[in-house]
Amino acid sequence: MTLALPAASRSSSWRQPSILPGFGLSLGITISALSLIVLIPLAALFLKAASAGPADIWAIVTSSRTQAALRLSFGAAAFSAIVNAIFGLIIAWVLVRYRFPGRRLLDAAVDLPFALPTAVAGISLAAIYAPNGWIGSLLAPLSFKFTIPLIDLSIGFDGKVAYTPLGVMVALIFIGLPFVVRTVQPVLEEAEVETEEAAALLGASRLRTIFRVILPGIVPALLTGFVLAFARAVGEYGSVIFIAGNVPMVSEIAPLLIVIKLEGFDYAGASVVAMIMLIVSFTLILAINAIQAWSRGRLGHG
Amino acid sequence: MSVAVTVESIQKSFANFAALRGVSLDVQPGELVALLGPSGSGKTTLLRLVAGLEQADGGRVLFDETDTRQLSLRDRRIGFVFQHYALFKHMNVAANIAFGLKARPRLERPGNAEIDKRVSDLMELVQLKGLERRFPVQLSGGQRQRVALARALAIEPRVLLLDEPFGALDAKVRKDLRGWLRDLHRRTGHTTLFVTHDQEEALELADRVAILNEGRLEQVGSPDDVYDHPATPFVCEFLGEANKLPVKVVGSQAFFGDRPVLGGLQQNQGGPASLYVRPQHLRIVDDAPLSLPGVVEDIRRNGALRRAEVAVQGLAKRLDVDLASQVAPALGERIRLRITHGSLFAAA
Amino acid sequence: MADPTTPVYRTDTALRDGFWIRALLLTLALAFLTLFLFLPLLSVFVEASRKGYAAFAEAVTEPDALSAIRLTLLVAAIAVPFNVVVGIAAAWAIAKFEFRGKSLLISFIDLPFSVSPVISGLVFVLLFGAQGFLGPWLKANNIEIIFALPGLVLATVFVTFPFVARELIPHMQALGSTDEEAALTLGASPWRTFFTITLPNVKWSLFYGVLLCNARAMGEFGAVTVVSGRIRGLTTTMPLHVEILYNEYNSVAAFAVASLLAGLALVTLTLKTYLEWHYADAIAATKRH
Repeated sequence: MTLALPAASRSSSWRQPSILPGFGLSLGITISALSLIVLIPLAALFLKAASAGPADIWAIVTSSRTQAALRLSFGAAAFSAIVNAIFGLIIAWVLVRYRFPGRRLLDAAVDLPFALPTAVAGISLAAIYAPNGWIGSLLAPLSFKFTIPLIDLSIGFDGKVAYTPLGVMVALIFIGLPFVVRTVQPVLEEAEVETEEAAALLGASRLRTIFRVILPGIVPALLTGFVLAFARAVGEYGSVIFIAGNVPMVSEIAPLLIVIKLEGFDYAGASVVAMIMLIVSFTLILAINAIQAWSRGRLGHG
Repeated sequence: MSVAVTVESIQKSFANFAALRGVSLDVQPGELVALLGPSGSGKTTLLRLVAGLEQADGGRVLFDETDTRQLSLRDRRIGFVFQHYALFKHMNVAANIAFGLKARPRLERPGNAEIDKRVSDLMELVQLKGLERRFPVQLSGGQRQRVALARALAIEPRVLLLDEPFGALDAKVRKDLRGWLRDLHRRTGHTTLFVTHDQEEALELADRVAILNEGRLEQVGSPDDVYDHPATPFVCEFLGEANKLPVKVVGSQAFFGDRPVLGGLQQNQGGPASLYVRPQHLRIVDDAPLSLPGVVEDIRRNGALRRAEVAVQGLAKRLDVDLASQVAPALGERIRLRITHGSLFAAA
Repeated sequence: MADPTTPVYRTDTALRDGFWIRALLLTLALAFLTLFLFLPLLSVFVEASRKGYAAFAEAVTEPDALSAIRLTLLVAAIAVPFNVVVGIAAAWAIAKFEFRGKSLLISFIDLPFSVSPVISGLVFVLLFGAQGFLGPWLKANNIEIIFALPGLVLATVFVTFPFVARELIPHMQALGSTDEEAALTLGASPWRTFFTITLPNVKWSLFYGVLLCNARAMGEFGAVTVVSGRIRGLTTTMPLHVEILYNEYNSVAAFAVASLLAGLALVTLTLKTYLEWHYADAIAATKRH
């Protein structure tokens, strides 16, 4: 005991002693690379954006083109994340609970959007959702328009998907698809079938069991998957620009606006738009961490 | 709320594996019956079949005289406590207990005040008053078990089914809950079936014990009955330790070698047999006509008792003998053992 | 009571989804995946072969295409090994030691996942571009980063930074340190311990991470768009080459090059699935990236 004391007190207070070697080297490499590749460049972005001065920042943020681009990026990302939450839940359910031929193939295919380069996804989605494409040509005759009376909101569809905001959503649905499936799937796999049996024996109908027992248990995972899909969709560029049509004020997404500003040598403008997007993204990460901490405390799983 | 359960020659297979091969069992109203067996014996499958969670391949289950196949899960009114409790993690204790009442169709559903009252009564019954707002992860194992029980009792079940009710608890809590459950059963009188692999638990708790092995019922009877008069060698060995002696039955006596060791048999059938003797049924005697000579080779402490290992000529395995505290033979001492009670099974 | 004419109640419906629910959900899942996954993937190969094999071969062997392929391989060949070294170092520090600020470090490593690819490129333009913080100094010393290979590599490293570390950390944490401690007490040197104990233990999750890192490195588009300048035959990677061809309405050629990338994706997916089936324990269950 007396021998161990000096050793313990010698080690610095911010790390616990270990007989393993290489702490300094490995942490040094990690922090150096992280700083040089990630942290310093990101800091440069904030510095550049801040150097624009409050008045200019305000002007950039409130310009109608920036606002339209941000609204489209966040709106389309939210919409596609909702679609992905619904269908991702269904796909996860089908994959975990049903047994059918080709299930494992389907399971593997869900990761395609992670593996397929976004530019490839972009041109292929544009090709099939274009008015003369496989799906686009089927949708073309289906145009409709109606107005919801009280709030005076018009909902319409003119038969076009590609080169409209709908096209943006199609691309964002594609790239966000795996997130919800892959966060909900493990939770469903671990869920005890016994809680469903308990509910049924206590007299609950299948619907009641689904909505009162199964779904509440996976809400945290579903929310996490939703936020991940949303965060990815907000910043997505490659798959969107081919199908969006990129009409300013209509189908121009925020990342494209950054590229356009950059090509016009408007570094400050590009930085300010980027900074807004980063702030939102970082807030979303904090939200995910909060959801997971809450769910660990309450439900005993992340 | 008592009901008799009748299990009629139930058969059930899972993909090439016969879990139950023709099991029949009657449970009397208000009775507490243990389904005891090693893992894979089919006891949990039988419990799930009674509950309606599995469908039998053959045979049927009756409640009173109603074929349960005519009953929906809700109408069966089964109180089921799962081994790992299967509590609803996102609901607090009170909501867990109220679940079955709130799940009833609108017309049969009690009012909210009535539900609150019932939940509060049940919380009292299972001694969890004050924990209504806790979530399952915030409870100890024993508390979770009691919540699961209260949840099952809330629907006023016809039959209470418990799957390894103490399986997930540590030894101390297990003992406490055992006595508590016995008490609760005495007060509420539910017809209860519970599954266990722990023979001590089954013998201590149950009115009757049904012993299952490889999908077949080996014996059903009171704890004393099955312990002292096992119907098969399996039951004898599963319920407690036993020394096994190869003997030959001639007339009313059993012979080990050419030495008579047990007399007064009423068995008609002579010939080779196995004699099972529990360690506490061997007594050291000075001299007796029916006794077995041996040498004490080891003495060990075994809980409250001491255990002697006695080598007997002609027997490969030493005999285990429980020693009362007053007698203490020395190591190497030659002694004589008398069999006070044994179970005889004709050799296969 | 047990009248054979009384209907036998199927308890299944309270326990499991009924037939129609199963059929409905399965149909919805298949329809969704067909519309958003299978048809787009199929269309790549169909469009690429629209004008026959000769046109396809021509598109992927013309000098600009070959140069794009070479550049893509070169960028990946620099970025992936870099991230492997850093990923292993990060996993070693994080999984084997307890220190303050560890969870913050993990969050920082994951940071590039939540940064738009365009921004990942933008930050390097702001640092090294002509008007960037270091621009004048670089120009004075005749060093080209933006619109050149170093820029492409930097942007790619940024985007793929977390992949290797994120697969290794959970696996190394799960394994603990007892194997290494045993080796060290038996007298093995630190490097020997690392190469004969640690590395073999985590090889499958390392391979898994490398696979995902490589797929992203070769397919990255948004970040390299910003730093490339799209100088044809010089700074265009395969995804950028696809874009140029597509914007020139040379659809068959665009899809021909795209089909190579799609093939890479399918190989990646196949290997990934194979690893997940055979080395499920070794690969961290966190499948998101």
